[in-house]
Parts: sequence; structure tokens; C-alpha cells
Amino acid sequence: MKLKTCLLTPLLVVVYVLHQDFWNWKEAYPLIFGFLPIGLAYQAGYSILAAAVMAILVRTAWPKHLENVEAEVREPKGERL
Amino acid sequence: MIPVIVICIYLVIIGVIGSLAYRKSKANTEDFFLANRSVGEMVFFLSLFATNMTAFAILGSSGQAYRQGIGIYGLMASSSGFVIPLTIFFIGTRLWALGKRFGHQTQVAFFRDRWECDTIGTVIFALSTLMLVPYMIISIMGGGTVLAHLSDAGGTRPPIISYPIGCAVVAVVVTLGVFLGGMRGTVWVNILQTTLFLCFGAVAVVTISHALPGGFGEYIAKLAGDPKTSFLVTRQKMPPQAFWSYTLIPLSSIMFPHMAIMCFSARRVTAFKRTVVLYPLAIMLIWLPCVFLGVLGAATLGKVADADGILLLMLEKYAPVWLAGILGAGIISAVLGSDAHQVLALSTMFTKDIYQHYGGREKYGEKAAVHFARAFIIIVTLAAYIIALELKAKQGIFEIAIRYAFSGFAALAPVMVAALFWKRSTKWGALAATLFTAACLIYFALLQNFGHPGDVIWQIGQGKDAIKVLFLNPRGDVSFWNGFMTVVPMVFGSAFSMIAVSLLTRAPSAATIAKYFPKQGTVSVGRATEPPPAVEQYIPKAA
Repeated sequence: MKLKTCLLTPLLVVVYVLHQDFWNWKEAYPLIFGFLPIGLAYQAGYSILAAAVMAILVRTAWPKHLENVEAEVREPKGERL
Repeated sequence: MIPVIVICIYLVIIGVIGSLAYRKSKANTEDFFLANRSVGEMVFFLSLFATNMTAFAILGSSGQAYRQGIGIYGLMASSSGFVIPLTIFFIGTRLWALGKRFGHQTQVAFFRDRWECDTIGTVIFALSTLMLVPYMIISIMGGGTVLAHLSDAGGTRPPIISYPIGCAVVAVVVTLGVFLGGMRGTVWVNILQTTLFLCFGAVAVVTISHALPGGFGEYIAKLAGDPKTSFLVTRQKMPPQAFWSYTLIPLSSIMFPHMAIMCFSARRVTAFKRTVVLYPLAIMLIWLPCVFLGVLGAATLGKVADADGILLLMLEKYAPVWLAGILGAGIISAVLGSDAHQVLALSTMFTKDIYQHYGGREKYGEKAAVHFARAFIIIVTLAAYIIALELKAKQGIFEIAIRYAFSGFAALAPVMVAALFWKRSTKWGALAATLFTAACLIYFALLQNFGHPGDVIWQIGQGKDAIKVLFLNPRGDVSFWNGFMTVVPMVFGSAFSMIAVSLLTRAPSAATIAKYFPKQGTVSVGRATEPPPAVEQYIPKAA
């Protein structure tokens, strides 16, 4: 297995597991920024983490070979939307 | 009256964009259904996002948060923000490449070619259509309800736009946009729509915060301090099993025909890069304010008759009327954006997977296919409109249908994964997984309709140690293994059917495997060692 796969697979699993924040289940406090209950703030932070993980995936595991398909087939006629 | 005027202006703009797209259109199906596969990066993101966001993201999320609290965000939004971009990254990009190379315009065309079998495509087509139609009907119902809400001056007078007229407005605007502009018109309109509803949440939060003298913190502390309402700012009433089960639901996204068809429309595969990174943030921008305001509504407005209207009630109370109009347009945007893609997807599937596949194009030509698609759009929207009026009182039935449709599409995800990544997968495996999904949907829907809350269908053991394998929970929803949602057995059962039956049956031909899985050193999807034949060569066979 490639090193990249060995590192990225556990990363994805850990991020998936982090979604289940059982430690915040019955907690409302602290209120983040003075008004966001901790459970909601954590999950909002999780969304930002998800975006960061996607950025890592795009940088390190992008299926570059698919870009070659563009070269193989003709370009679509007409303007780009 | 002002909100109605603002919404009317918005609808006129939508109509103008649709007609401009019509002028640019060409009389072939690739242009009509996929905008000639020419959608650029940012437009692709905005349009794909609009495809997936319904009115539920704004009204339903705040309504559910009003009833169940902040947990709704983690339950539906943050898990989607992780799983949906993952599916777009791994599956969407591969679908794009296959569409580009082999000319596929729908998932069904791909499945038929991948497993050398018409039947599997037809079965998946029938199941997808059955699961998509209620979704489309409820979009029209939602649009009618929103327009009636926004035009009744907070319930002080009968609505200027009644429910039937509201439904008609949504149906006509969607039909015109899709009929005239096809995918191009829909995508152009999505730019405006997504921008509007992405701004919606932040504007609503800022406006309402200015209108509340004590600030948000005071109200949240009030909710947390009262034992009767403290569950709204925690997840104490939310079963952890349901919370985890929901992480499987976003697998449905890529299996929705309108989402898959969007993936075929991108000009370059690099369009997916920005989409997968921005997707979680965009979901947060919409859901976080709506969930928060839904919870806040419980503190500021107390008990309301219609929880799903909580956001509209807050806007009416705390926002100036003109702003309420613009925000209302944001909500309508969500309705129209997804509904247009659903209508277009149904039209694409009927035209490509049924009409053309069974010889329509050879008989009547390419231009006639576009006419067929347009006629179909009118018929299907008219039918949805009539159903939306006739069965308004039975809206709950459609909501149940959609709930199971999400599970159903999620259960079809293993079929797609196998088609793309597992050489040994067979048509029989795919057929078994699809039939398993259909059987589960029918069985669970019957249980939900004819059972009673608390009914236990299957239990292992007795007394305190008993494990309830299949039962109806106190709310009447079918549940599995002490509280997991039905999506869990459906997804794992479908995956098991796919694997087991594939291993027991004959693999696809070497030619097909070589076509979809070329040897090492070449591209894993859609790249052959020799230069490929022109796209057109595949079209009659594949589409």
C-alpha cells in the first residue's frame, strides 16, 4: 500500500469518528463567543475541519490521471458557463 | 405587500435568465441536458450546491431545531459536510470521466454499459424515479406554503398568494426555466439562487441580533437554565444510535439522479476541487444560522402552532419588511433551485434511458428528443402540481416517502462504488442489491403506515436483556437494533448482497473489464492504452 494511502485512510477514519462527540452530549456550557452552546460550536468547528481535510485530499490524493481524459476527448464546443 | 413585490421581482429575474439561456441553446440533447458539458469551476460549485439544498435546509432545519434543539446541526449538517464532499471526490470525479469519455449522460446509461445488461439499468431507473417523484412534489408543496406564509402579514389577513397560486407560481417558474434553458438556464439561475441563500443566514442572524435587546447569550442561558427547555441546547434527548445512523444518509446524495447528472456537466475535472473544499463551509453558512435561530425562536417566541414556520415568524417580528422579502426570496431560491434540477433529471432520464434507449432517436431524430424532453417537463410538472393541490392534507405521506427515499438512495451507493472500483462486481450482484433496497423500502413503508408506535416486529430474548431487532419507536418510525435507523440495515444489506451475489455469479466480459479497468500504468477509469474512439461511437450503445 502506498504511504499516502496509509496516512490518508486513518485520517479519514479519525475525522469520521470525531463527529461522534459523546463528551458534549449533555453539556450546554461553555457558551462559545458568549452565545453558542458548546455542542453546536464543536460541530461548527467540525465543518471547518471537514473543509480542511478536503483541502488536504485535493492537494495530496487528487486523481490527476482523470485530467488526461480531457486531452483525449474533444473540447466541448461553445463558451464556458 | 412589500415581501410579495420583492419576490415577484426575483421571479421575473429568474424568467429573464431562463429566456437568455434559451437563446444560447442548441437543438441537441447533450446541450439541453448537460449544457454541452461546459460548466466552469465556480458555477459548477454554486449549481451543485443548489441542486442539493432544498427548502428543508432553511425552513426544515430551523423547525427541527425548534423542536429538538442544537443536535440537528450535527445530525444532518456537519455529517453531510464531511460525507458528501467525500462522495463527490471519489465518485463524482470518476462519473465525470466516464461521461466525458464514453458519452454517458445518466447513471443508468453507465450501469447498463458497465454490466452489459439493459434490465439492471431499467430496474434502477424505475426505483430512482419512484424515489425522486415525491421529492419533486413536496418541493412544489413547500414553495406554495412559503409564498402563502410570506404574504399573509404574519397571519393577520388571508395570504395575497394563496397556497394553490403559490404552488402554481413555483411550478410555472420551474417549468419555464427548465423548458426554455435546460441545464444551461438552470445553472445560470443557480448562481443567483445560491448566492442569495448563502447570504440568507448571516443576514438573518445579524438583523435579529440587533432587534434583541439582551443579545443572544441571555436567551441561550435562559433555555439552558430551565429544565423543561435545557434539552434544546444539548443533545440529551437525541439517541446516539440515531445520531450515528444519520452519517450514512449523505451517501444518498451522489446517487440522486440530479446530483449525478450535475457531475457529468462539468467542463473539467478540476471543477470538483473547489467544490469539495467549499462544500462543508457552504453547508455551515446555511445550517448554522438556521439551527441557531430555530433554537432561539423557542426562547423568544415560545410556543408556535407551526414549528417549520419559526424562521418566517422571527423574520416578520424582528426584520424590516423589505429585508423579510429578500430573505423570503432566499428561501424560495432553495425551493426552485433543487426543484428545477429534479425536473430536469427526470426529463433527462426518461429521454435518455427510456425514449432514446428503446429506439426513439433512431426513429424520430435528435431534435425530436429535445422536443420530447420539453413535453415531458410540462407533463411531469403539471402532474406534480395537481398532486400537490389534491393531496395537500396528506403531505405527511410524502414526507415519509422522502425520508425513506434518502435511505433508499443511500442503500444504492454500494452499487455505484462496486461499479466504479470493483472489477469482479456483476449485474446479478447489482440487481440483488437494488431489489434488496426496493424490498426494504416497501416493507418499512408498510410497517410505518400500518404499525403502531411501540410495536415490536422482531425481538431476541426476553425481559430486560431483550434486544429489539425491528420495532416502531414511540414516534412511530421504524427502528433497528435498539434504536438505529433503517438506513443502517439497508446500506449494509445492500453492500452484502452486492458482494455475495457477485462472487457467486459470472464476471463481466474481459472486454468490458478492459474498457472500465485498463491495465496498470494507465488511467483507472476510462483511459485505454490505445487512443480511444470518438465519443459519438459510444453514444448509440451507451445512451
